[in-house]
Amino acid sequence: MKPFRKGDGERSGLFTRRALLLGGVQGVLLGALAGRLYQLQVLETERFATLAEENRVNLRLLPPSRGLIFDRTGQPLAVNRNNFRAMATSDRGRGADVLVERLDQILSLGEAERTRLLRELRRSRNAQPVVVRENLGWEDVARIEFNAPELPGVFIDLGQSRDYPEGELMSHIVGYTGRVSDEDLAGRDDPVLQLATIRFGKKGVERSLEDDLRGRAGAVQVEVNAVGRVVRELDRTEGQPGSNALLTIDLDLQRFAAEKMKEHQSGSVVVLDVVTGDVLVMASTPGFDPSTFARGITQAEWRDLLDNPERPLHNKAIAGVYPPGSTYKMVTALAALESKAIDPWTRLPCLGFIELGKIKFHCWLKGGHGSTNVVEAIAQSCDCFFYEAARRAGVDRISDMAARLGFGKQSELGLPGESAGNQPTRAWKQEKVGKPWQHGDTFNLGIGQGYMNCTPLQLAIMTARIANGGYEVQPNLLLAKATPREELGPPPPVAKPAAPSLRLNPQHLTMIRDGMNQVVNSGIGTANALRRDSQGKPLDPSLTFAGKTGTAQVKRITERERDMGITQASLPWHLRHHALFVCFGPVDNPRYACAVIVEHGMAGGATAGPIGRDMLVETMKRDPSRRSDRFRKMASR
Amino acid sequence: MTLALDAPAPVGLAERIWRINWGLALVLTAIAAVGVVALYSAAGGRFEPWASRHAVRYGAAFVMMLMVALIHPKVWLALAWPIYIVSLLLLIAVDVVGKIGMGAQRWLVIGPMQIQPSEIAKVAVIMVLARYYHGLSKEQASKFLYTLPPLLVILAPVALVMVQPDLGTAMMVLMGGGALLFVAGVRLWMFLVAAVSAVACLPIAWSFMHEYQRKRVLTFLDPDRDPLGAGYHITQSKIAIGSGGLFGKGFLKGTQSSLNFLPEKQTDFIFTTFVEEWGMIGAFVLLALFALVLVWGFSIAFRCQHHFGRLLALGVTAMMFLYVFINAAMVMGLLPVVGVPLPLVSNGGTAMVSVMFACGLLIGVNVYRDAQLPRTR
Repeated sequence: MKPFRKGDGERSGLFTRRALLLGGVQGVLLGALAGRLYQLQVLETERFATLAEENRVNLRLLPPSRGLIFDRTGQPLAVNRNNFRAMATSDRGRGADVLVERLDQILSLGEAERTRLLRELRRSRNAQPVVVRENLGWEDVARIEFNAPELPGVFIDLGQSRDYPEGELMSHIVGYTGRVSDEDLAGRDDPVLQLATIRFGKKGVERSLEDDLRGRAGAVQVEVNAVGRVVRELDRTEGQPGSNALLTIDLDLQRFAAEKMKEHQSGSVVVLDVVTGDVLVMASTPGFDPSTFARGITQAEWRDLLDNPERPLHNKAIAGVYPPGSTYKMVTALAALESKAIDPWTRLPCLGFIELGKIKFHCWLKGGHGSTNVVEAIAQSCDCFFYEAARRAGVDRISDMAARLGFGKQSELGLPGESAGNQPTRAWKQEKVGKPWQHGDTFNLGIGQGYMNCTPLQLAIMTARIANGGYEVQPNLLLAKATPREELGPPPPVAKPAAPSLRLNPQHLTMIRDGMNQVVNSGIGTANALRRDSQGKPLDPSLTFAGKTGTAQVKRITERERDMGITQASLPWHLRHHALFVCFGPVDNPRYACAVIVEHGMAGGATAGPIGRDMLVETMKRDPSRRSDRFRKMASR
Repeated sequence: MTLALDAPAPVGLAERIWRINWGLALVLTAIAAVGVVALYSAAGGRFEPWASRHAVRYGAAFVMMLMVALIHPKVWLALAWPIYIVSLLLLIAVDVVGKIGMGAQRWLVIGPMQIQPSEIAKVAVIMVLARYYHGLSKEQASKFLYTLPPLLVILAPVALVMVQPDLGTAMMVLMGGGALLFVAGVRLWMFLVAAVSAVACLPIAWSFMHEYQRKRVLTFLDPDRDPLGAGYHITQSKIAIGSGGLFGKGFLKGTQSSLNFLPEKQTDFIFTTFVEEWGMIGAFVLLALFALVLVWGFSIAFRCQHHFGRLLALGVTAMMFLYVFINAAMVMGLLPVVGVPLPLVSNGGTAMVSVMFACGLLIGVNVYRDAQLPRTR
């Protein structure tokens, strides 16, 4: 029947023999599978059925204790507090209605809580316990224990909750924690996140250091009865507590800053170490009380926070964007000098305005400053000089220099919610506004107005990079971190910036700093009142500082309005100018930079200036070289 | 008489279509239907996200299978080496730029497609080996020197897959290739030598393994060693299967898989999900369906009149068997967890395409069982 081909017959014969053998082996192996199924599903099925029944409760994760957060001197900013809470388990919602009803009678839960609890009980996987109520008082604990027979599956659990001893003062930096959301779970398969009691960093450092602070879960194998009560513990693996963190913030200075900001409604202060980039102060007022989040915020409280025009939830130091105004003039000056558009001896005239076609660009001084060089122009904040310098340098070079000084992009701080600000370029305007870049735009950019805006942190970074001789320092919030078993302490002091150099001409930087010095310490300076402290006494020579004022336009007062006698002070609060001040000190050997913004504070020199002065002087006084090591050994571990 | 033997009457398209094993196609569809049912259940009684896509994917793959089946084997004879070379290049590419998935580099993203080159390699190795032995006489096939090229053909993708690291696929290619060598007539002593040297190489393989793979092997040897970590999968899977009992807990009534005790319940552990709900009866039905596929495969191989077709059919059948056996044995705790899907049941595109392509080749062998192929090497 088969066609015979030479050589194929014996080949196919061998094939058939061996294939049959192979088929036999496969048959035997499939038989083995069947046998195994018989063993599992018939012979041992009762054992496995029992195991399946008990499965949901024989393994519990132990939440690790969250890492603590301290300021640079070892003062606690976020700690853990014991927290008695009522927990409940149910078998996929079976009997949940009755249980919730009884709990309501004992603890008076309220409508919203009842709904939440019912939902969570029904959704609870693996009979994982859900939280009934946290922070129970002794009375509630006693009442639950007393009624235990009527409350199957309910038990008291000693857990930890987060406490923020500094409250509002550190609210924006430390942030707060909350229940784990689906977003939080993305990309993280840590089983501990499935626990009902675990809290996840939502804002601030709690968020940015979440994976360090959280720690690793332990596990306990327990035998439980049908209603979920633990009968005995079989095995226990201890988890690992989260790492403790030492922030760069100096709590005393932070408190000082908040004190200084008190008289103003809303604003922000940032102090940087210009060598290391350490953020010593980052204040944003007003703040909020993080403990409301720790205990669970109500709808009404949340609405209030959101609707407040002073935006208490907003960390204005990194998320508030403002036109830099005259504080931007250092950027224009550096761009012009570095690109040789002007040289150190270039003198430019100021008649009080400069004309571009039909448009008049005004200097803030009506009669004009006459002829000034770059140092004098910074000292007197002459607008005309910077219009012309900006025109000569051009938008591309200014934007480029601004980017090198940190504008237009997020820093490496790592806090969530940081804004990049906006450093306009030709391409940006074409794309976003749909029109080509105009000369007038360059004029506005030259004095930090128009499309330009930035965060207070970016102003501080710019000042720091000018002050430290042109090193690209990045702001840094984390001084040190260590597991609880390791020693947590500040790193040794650093004398020279480790950041890469921006390769700016040192002579140019010296001129910029000289201009800023004259702002404060010469007769012509726009803020020369700041030479003296608030009592009118001259500053200690070792505490002198240099700075630059800025006033950022919110609403333009037209010529007509001015004639009608409308002044800044007569405008409603939210239309007044922002007051800005950036400064660094000591003048001879700069170590600290500071940026202050008082929202709608009207005049930079008068409103923001004194805060910057007091802040910087206080910081310099506390410099480790003046004082013995202030670091305290942490009390609680 | 002789004339008719030398040149059989040409076979028309209608005859070809008639020769397609429609019964086999039906069995395959039944298996895929089991997949839809299990995936529907794994998603908690929803067609989204797996069951609906699985059905659509199977439909497309079914059409592809029929098209592959109607292509003359001489085309596959000619394409065997190019496909193999391309699959090797893709494997290298995956090692170099592959996207990290499941802790191992297995996927390659080309435009909108995500392909798993190791799945292509499984089929390519079978095709090349069938082609190679098609060109050898029985005496040549039994000689040691002629066994060296096929060894290289098998070991090159195995090495590349091990690097990823994908132990399951490496095992499949190795054992599938070995099965082909066996039926092609390689001397038995060579298999003994290979087995002995494999045992001798175990310590070396151990040193090449990733931490998680070692853990899996250790866990397999002693599941209670780490019941919270790596042993978790095996223990939970056994509990789910065992608690299913003879008749199962009923459709959508499985507790273990729906409570998320099972990891990867829609892919590698789909068998567990199914068996928990349908019991030993369901498991036997599913295994019987796969056994039918194997029997069909063997009968196609025996009826084929050219060596290429025989070997191809047997290679595809062996691959199918290995898929099913390794997956089922793994979820029952008979083999370490190595990450092999259950063909046509597990959720996943590339495996579905490669299995259906292979089935297309298998049916094609039957359709062209009387083709005359030149014995070129």
